[in-house]
Amino acid sequence: MEETKKQEQTTTHKIGIYLWIWGLLFVLSFFSYMVDWYQFQGLLRWSLILLFMFLKAGLIMAFFMHLFWERYALVNVLLWPMTAIACFIFLMVSEFKYTVFTRLFYFVVGGA
Amino acid sequence: MSDPKIEGYVFKPGFKGMAQDTGSDQTMFKGVHWGKAMMWIFLLSDTFIFSCFLISYMKGRGSTLVEWPNPSEVFALDAFGVPVPLLLIAIMTFVLITSSGTMALAVKYGYEKNRKMCGWLILATAIGGLTFVGMQAFEWSKLIHEGVRPWENPFGAKQFGSFFFMITGFHGTHVSIGVIFLFIYAYKTFAGHYDERKRGWFTTMKGDYVEIEILGLYWHFVDLVWVFIFAFFYLW
Repeated sequence: MEETKKQEQTTTHKIGIYLWIWGLLFVLSFFSYMVDWYQFQGLLRWSLILLFMFLKAGLIMAFFMHLFWERYALVNVLLWPMTAIACFIFLMVSEFKYTVFTRLFYFVVGGA
Repeated sequence: MSDPKIEGYVFKPGFKGMAQDTGSDQTMFKGVHWGKAMMWIFLLSDTFIFSCFLISYMKGRGSTLVEWPNPSEVFALDAFGVPVPLLLIAIMTFVLITSSGTMALAVKYGYEKNRKMCGWLILATAIGGLTFVGMQAFEWSKLIHEGVRPWENPFGAKQFGSFFFMITGFHGTHVSIGVIFLFIYAYKTFAGHYDERKRGWFTTMKGDYVEIEILGLYWHFVDLVWVFIFAFFYLW
């Protein structure tokens, strides 16, 4: 009897929210495709790509994967490890810059 | 929500609940289905795998002195004699988002115990995924015909091929596995395994619509990874 009561407690959300997010994802994907279509270049291109990417990822995680409604403990367990990825990206950016520098340097100076 | 295993446990929302969760005895995430918690942990580890691929791609592309092939031209497709940039990739993106939307609705109808709607939506998701894999196979064979190999390609920097096949191949594998599971779960839903609380094939766990949500988490994750691949590999 307690069991059946618990089953009913699982929350469902109105269909409207899913359709809205779905529509938004289509629009954002269309926008990110337009970035390529109109051949935006340089900083504008990269910032637009990143903006639409993070918006899409955020919408999918928050609403389709229900993170918006999840308990904070789960959200924190999932999102804090992302800082490790951010650190790794930072490390590898300095690494590839150094690689490019050494390549250019030895092309000019020549090997030992 | 109270935990079936622990008497008198009541979950508090917000930061109080977080403190309660992280400081709780015996188990964390009380009241959460273990399969769901484990799927999240798996997805977290999978996030790291895909991050490593994308970061190594960033490092490879950033450190080469040879010009990187222009993805907008490499992945262009002729439509009525006019080359349209990234046409196939755009269609693949829309197909995957469509299947993600049907999956989200399948989870919703599953929790409402609407067996038929849930089943049809999972089937629609599976077909969407299959379409995606099919188009990816087309894309791969087109590039292979054009001479793209993991060690060389006619467009520019040699590293392009290895990153392309590695990243999209690993993502495609995830989609394919997802499609197989979607078809199995569509069958199980239509057969009423979740209404009857029937036990699974490899587990003593009683069937429940929460399994649809767990499958949904995986499928949305596959879509999520594609968002990043689309941005970094195809658009950048």
